[in-house]
Amino acid sequence: MKRTLSIIMALVLTFTALTCLAGCGSSGSSSNGSNASGGDATGDSPSGNKGEVNVYSWGEYIALGQDEDLMNVLEAFEDETGIKVNYTTYDTNEELYSKLTQSNVSYDVIVPSDYMISKMIKEDLLLELNYDNIPNYKYIDDRFKKLACDPDGKYTVCYSWGVTAMVYDSTAVSEKPKDWDALWNKDYEGNILMFDNSRDAMAIAMQQCGIDPSNCTKADVDKAVEKLKEQKPLLKKYVMDQVFNEMEGSQATIAPYYAGDIAVMMEENEDLDYCLPESGSNLFYDAFCVPKCSKNKENAEAFINFMQKPEIAAENCKYLRYGTPNTGAKDFLDKDITGSELTFPSDEYLNKCYVFSNVDDEVYAYMQEQFLKVKTS
Amino acid sequence: MKSKKLSIPYIAWMVVFTMIPIVMIGLTAFRDKAGGFSLEPFTKAWDYRFVFLKSLWIALLSTVICLILAYPLAYLLTKMKKSTQKTVQLLIMVPMWMNFLLRIYAWKILLQKNGPLDMALSLLGIHGSYIGNTAAVVVGMVYEYLPFMVLPIFTVMSKIDGGLIEAAQDLGSNNLAVFKKVIFPLSIPGVISGITMVFVPSASTFLVAEHLGGKDDVMIGDVIDKIFLNDQNTGSAISLILMVFILIFLILMNLFGDEEALA
Repeated sequence: MKRTLSIIMALVLTFTALTCLAGCGSSGSSSNGSNASGGDATGDSPSGNKGEVNVYSWGEYIALGQDEDLMNVLEAFEDETGIKVNYTTYDTNEELYSKLTQSNVSYDVIVPSDYMISKMIKEDLLLELNYDNIPNYKYIDDRFKKLACDPDGKYTVCYSWGVTAMVYDSTAVSEKPKDWDALWNKDYEGNILMFDNSRDAMAIAMQQCGIDPSNCTKADVDKAVEKLKEQKPLLKKYVMDQVFNEMEGSQATIAPYYAGDIAVMMEENEDLDYCLPESGSNLFYDAFCVPKCSKNKENAEAFINFMQKPEIAAENCKYLRYGTPNTGAKDFLDKDITGSELTFPSDEYLNKCYVFSNVDDEVYAYMQEQFLKVKTS
Repeated sequence: MKSKKLSIPYIAWMVVFTMIPIVMIGLTAFRDKAGGFSLEPFTKAWDYRFVFLKSLWIALLSTVICLILAYPLAYLLTKMKKSTQKTVQLLIMVPMWMNFLLRIYAWKILLQKNGPLDMALSLLGIHGSYIGNTAAVVVGMVYEYLPFMVLPIFTVMSKIDGGLIEAAQDLGSNNLAVFKKVIFPLSIPGVISGITMVFVPSASTFLVAEHLGGKDDVMIGDVIDKIFLNDQNTGSAISLILMVFILIFLILMNLFGDEEALA
């Protein structure tokens, strides 16, 4: 019996050891994977070949030749620099955060959103960038340098930005919606969709209560909760990605969503129209950062630099339909994209928008909890 | 001794992928954010009691409807010719070869406004959307899990010794009595494993509700998913409670049958 037990223990130990090793291997780098057990997989790549760069980014976020007229920017980067790109994706900022903090991984480039960047800087998860290696930084619009989440401009190179807006079915509304209060309009009862995401839903509700979301407190969240509870009986559903199906298939009347995505929806269904709410909305952005666990920082900077080449930034913007901060990119874009308010809202409009990046951790946790309660009440 | 050695890899597997995770969930459920012992996760879990009850209710309803639909079908199957039996069995299985989500999308289109069902009913002058309510969720669940009910019942029923049925008939039983006294009691193990295979997954899944349900059809699985991002303790507590409820359910099922349900 004792022997069997010890055998089991031994097996368990090898098992755990094996799983740990497997974890390191896959997280590190595929070509170095076999060396990972040696302990130090860092120094051996750059000399021989150009090494690689591990990019961890949002799904469906860059041009990969999805359409005939789109280029595959990753292949272009590999061809130009000889650096191999390992591209993996995540769906939420929280997923990115837990990958970085709770597992033993190594990524070189990540693209977190505004609020996640502040959190990561606060928790010392990012490396300072060497902007000498990123000459194309000169193309970045001044509005998107020294972002609110990175006031000294040491960690970030903005990749894309956008605002929240409303999309509506012009055949189903009695009058053109002007502001967020359309989402509380009783005439559309049962046909209103709402963000299934605490940040965006709460921000809209706070605006409705006359609160500035960028500096909200728990008491403000409570007020927003009341507003959302008032709205719930009028809703069809809380949705995120499903909004595309719902709106493109004329299943709902009005929904708030990200402006760049509304442009995509409007291409699919000509009854759809958009509204940039008069009282302003949330200006959000995602930016390239290099996390502390990076093992190929120079390659990461080369990658960031490449993505900010005007023609490459233009390709990505064409695919994504979110605004690009790259001033040079506009020369490579068609008029119907540069002229679209959804992709490039005017400066006057942007001045009305708020950035939701510095919400206190505790308030944010409270916000998520309260939103779930609204949904389940 | 030999059989013991053979079981070692499985025991190791269970320890690493079943025992350790369960212990970790158990430990997390009884801690607060700072890591000290606390019952706070359970008091927080109490806030979601109605979601919990609703999930169990939807699961129960789906299981009962599955059983009502599946039992006669399984019985009819045993009466068929061997070749037809094979074909029908195949037809029951084929949908399972298709992606789960894809089948839900299909239901979405069937039930939505201006979808086939709406168009058909429009001919009678009834307009509307049939999606976004609890009934649609139950329909989706029944569709997804019906094969898991039919197949175990059929397997058990087709193994019933024909001699027993003949003996009953020789002793003067009519068809109804044969069914009541012989076939039904002997098919109970199949019914129990069918119920288990439908109830357990439908209590914890949320994909069906997310796509076919409305604003009020939030399942407990969805709550666990959302809560886990920023509060693993409460998430673990809810998972633990769900596990306990399912365990109680399985023990209850065990009272009716042999050791079938827990196995």
